Amino acid sequence: MQRSVRAVVYVDGVRTPFGKATATGLYAGTRADDLIVKVIRELLRRHPELPPERIDEVAIAATTQTGDQGLTIGRMAALLAGLPASVPGFAIDRMCAGALTAVTSVASAIAIDAYDVAIAGGVEHMGRHPMAEGADLNPRLLAERLVDKSALVMGATAENLHDHYPAITRQRCDEFAAASQQRTKAAYDAGIITPMLVPVATWSADGYGLATRDEPPRPDTTVAALAPLKTPFRPHGQVTAGNSAGRTDGATAALIAAEEVAAELGLPARMRLVGFAFAGVDPELVGQGPIPSTEKALARGGLRIDDIGAIEIHEAFAVQVLAFLDHFGIAADDPRVNPYGGAIAVGHPLAASGVRQLMHLARRFADEPGTRYGLTAMCVGLGMGATVIWENPRYAGAAA
Amino acid sequence: MSAVAEVVTHAKLRIIDLPAGGLIALITLDNGLDHRKPNTFGRAGIEEIGAAIDAALAYDGITAVAITGKPYSFAAGADLTAIGSLTSHDEALAIGRQGHDVFRKLYDSRVPTFAFINGAALGGGLEIALHCHYRTIASDVPAVALPEVFLGLVPGWGGTQLLPRLVGIGNAAKVIIENPLSQNRLLKAPQALKLGIADALFGAADFLEQSLAWAAAIGAGRAAAPRRPLDGTAVWDATLAAAREQVDARVHGTAPAPYRAIDLLALARTADLADGFAAEDKALADLIMSDELRAGLYAFDLVRRRARRPPHAPESTLARQVTKVGVVGAGLMAAQLALLFAQRLEVPVVMTDVDAVRLQAGVDSVRSQIAEQVQRGRYSVDKGNRLAALVTGSVDKSAFADADFVIEAVFEDLPVKTQVFAELEAVVTETCVLATNTSSLSVSDMSEKLAHPERVVGFHFFNPVAVMPLLEIARTEATDETTYATAFAVGQLLNKSCVPVRDAPGFVVNRLLTRLFGEVLRAIDEGADFEVADRALDPLGLPMSALTLVGFTGTAVTLHVAESLAAAYPDRFYVSPNLRRIVAAGKTSILTWVGGEPVVDPEVAALYQRKPGGPAADQILARSLAAVCDEVRRLLADGVVAEVQDVDLCLLTGAGFPFQLGGITPYLDRTGVSESGTGSRFLPPGVASLPA
Repeated sequence: MQRSVRAVVYVDGVRTPFGKATATGLYAGTRADDLIVKVIRELLRRHPELPPERIDEVAIAATTQTGDQGLTIGRMAALLAGLPASVPGFAIDRMCAGALTAVTSVASAIAIDAYDVAIAGGVEHMGRHPMAEGADLNPRLLAERLVDKSALVMGATAENLHDHYPAITRQRCDEFAAASQQRTKAAYDAGIITPMLVPVATWSADGYGLATRDEPPRPDTTVAALAPLKTPFRPHGQVTAGNSAGRTDGATAALIAAEEVAAELGLPARMRLVGFAFAGVDPELVGQGPIPSTEKALARGGLRIDDIGAIEIHEAFAVQVLAFLDHFGIAADDPRVNPYGGAIAVGHPLAASGVRQLMHLARRFADEPGTRYGLTAMCVGLGMGATVIWENPRYAGAAA
Repeated sequence: MSAVAEVVTHAKLRIIDLPAGGLIALITLDNGLDHRKPNTFGRAGIEEIGAAIDAALAYDGITAVAITGKPYSFAAGADLTAIGSLTSHDEALAIGRQGHDVFRKLYDSRVPTFAFINGAALGGGLEIALHCHYRTIASDVPAVALPEVFLGLVPGWGGTQLLPRLVGIGNAAKVIIENPLSQNRLLKAPQALKLGIADALFGAADFLEQSLAWAAAIGAGRAAAPRRPLDGTAVWDATLAAAREQVDARVHGTAPAPYRAIDLLALARTADLADGFAAEDKALADLIMSDELRAGLYAFDLVRRRARRPPHAPESTLARQVTKVGVVGAGLMAAQLALLFAQRLEVPVVMTDVDAVRLQAGVDSVRSQIAEQVQRGRYSVDKGNRLAALVTGSVDKSAFADADFVIEAVFEDLPVKTQVFAELEAVVTETCVLATNTSSLSVSDMSEKLAHPERVVGFHFFNPVAVMPLLEIARTEATDETTYATAFAVGQLLNKSCVPVRDAPGFVVNRLLTRLFGEVLRAIDEGADFEVADRALDPLGLPMSALTLVGFTGTAVTLHVAESLAAAYPDRFYVSPNLRRIVAAGKTSILTWVGGEPVVDPEVAALYQRKPGGPAADQILARSLAAVCDEVRRLLADGVVAEVQDVDLCLLTGAGFPFQLGGITPYLDRTGVSESGTGSRFLPPGVASLPA
């Protein structure tokens, strides 16, 4: 049997406001599964033109798949969200690139005509499930020096990156971090962020509240204010709480569909998938990951970095962003890069972040019809990179 | 006054800046306990609510005030323990006024007020919501009600005045009068929406978020909640006249609460709120300071707590697992039992009968009842298939070889039952529990010749088995702890109120009813008019008159029970010769129904041989009460039950005795019958009556 590959589009994305993963954080009294459920329901509310029974898959990522993120979170979330029992779901894990992998997974299935419409997203309640919670590491890992022991501590891998790229200084990192905070503030002020959020009722000993904004951003951050921060991963190191993404709670989800099905149902097509790639690097240099995955995705798509007008590069650590930008010869303040800020400001609920990047990119496509291609790229724990390239359906030809 | 410490429901205020526009003051009611302990209102809690509302209204720029509950509980109304410990009319008045004053702040608020009903809203919990300008409800809310009349109170925090204005007098009468008197029926969320109690219903998954968005939409004029015009005088009066008739038919004027509620509803059409609320305060205080209410609270506690955790039950860890049940017999009672066991235990149930045709009819009857439940949507088709497959029949008792629990429901005759047990013992395992559903025979006599009398218990259900909550579980001198614990475990799985009793003829309920109603039959024999005698106990407000019950039970069974008890206690139990006569003539009932009204069957009347004269109604009542009082004393003296509370619980759950009697002993105490007849009260003042 021969059949053609179908075009896949990103329809829409929604996320919860992100909360600090602390004992007094926004979601300290809120369950992880409730977070993703509220996102899925909001996605459906925003698209009454989509009959819920037309959803063929609910792929939800979580890094720690236990407790309220356990028992096949995709299926569980579908049931809790009130989707018809006929809609299946599954759980997915590629640490920080969980939601992104959920998207590429359902997109692949849509392309070969296995699904028409799918929900892909992620949730991470790091307050309830710190990274590597319950993990039982094989002693061979260290005994045989398969990885350096620093590979298991993300902040330590960021320090390693400074060793690898001596040109990236703490000063440059702090400058990028402060810029991220300011870009996020500007995006909030411009009314760009709030429409992406679904308000979430939060329970605490003070009674019910309503989460309507991200909790982590520090809009008043300056380079000078970042300078005295401690370097917890290395004495006199360079990585600080200020130039990296903090521990975060949150959930995201996107609607992905075959382009022809979106047209049939009247669903908007905000981005068209061009291609994607995953790549591995040395586990102790996690932050290098997006470089080979982007090279690979560009090569497979027949594109060059200069063709990419919009870049959403994950901000786990400023040093990792700068490594990527230096590699491709892009300035840190290039307007193509993260104009609404990134994880350094809004936080990084591991498996959920990938779809948050897509939401930013989709908004940029809508605002910039002169931009044809965009990409989102992430570094992933244990030394991986993930890159997805999208085409702007509104592209109206090169600006005159 | 021994004040019980109030579990304070706190009012937690947070200001929410809505993205959709608006600054909402959200008050969360939270007593700090888990969902099994719902929010309740006491003096300190209401004061906190008042302070929170004041703070909310004083907040700069506020556009709305909303009130919601902790997860799974909005509020379950007034703290009943506190109500039951009030000692003066003034204190009771103060309770009503405090609630009115605080809740009214929401009604009078200059900004819109909202109740987000996220969990059960009962009594005062619903009333605080009714004071709000708008209400939303979560799709999963299982209970919305004003159950006050069920307990012997009236809605005293605005319910009688606000609800009829909001939903119409017909719906209000249904919620305030009819539902409480119909086994305290509760409304689920969709019903509350349909009646107009709630303006909008949202899915439970994001109820609060959607409620807040709806509140913003109301504030911005993007949503509306239409209000109905006030019902006219004619409708109002006709509705309440019909309600009064209903109440008369049910309680015969014996319970004050529903009548006070009707009076308050009558006032609601024209009275301004201040007058209406003042009338509520007075009615509430009058009722709180009544013995009927105190008896009602006592009864409520018995059926809610004692029935669920009987204090003298055997150690539950001793119980053996029951994985297969046998039912001896295939008649009406056997079929009811087989159905109940299959439904609740979900284990194989084998019925046996010597007659293959009757057996098949019995099994078919169970299966057709299951099919009917499937048709009515109570069970899925698969569940129906599962239950139907569980129930089988066998003419051979060897089918019981691997049963863990076998109950006999054969003809009420000692030799027959003794024989059945002997046959069972030949096939069942040594540890299989043998239970009898006898109503009046001696379980000890039935089991004494068995090799293992220690595995025999009495397991006495009440008709109809599916409806009546009581199960008297009787042990003989020989019954061992494991057997008794297993019987209790089974009874609790059957969802019954299990009361432990010692084996004695008639156990509790039949013994007391036979003496109580025996006096009515005796009076008729002595020449009293049938109708006069049958209505003599109306002041008690029992669910059935003596002669109605005889018809319901059947004359033959009634006679059999009386004879069994008279055989055991010949000096006290009366066997009516006329009853013998009509049973012999094949008449199953004394009354017959003509046009929905009971009349004495003329053929029965013709069979009756009576002296002229006979006692008057008040004499019959006095004799009946004296008899039942005497018998309660003997039950206690004989150790048939451990405590007087068990007697009351049995009558409440096995005979449907009304709450305002508290079973029977609170009534005997408050009418002086117990002191004059037996020299002392059953319960000290204050336990099920006003304090001394």
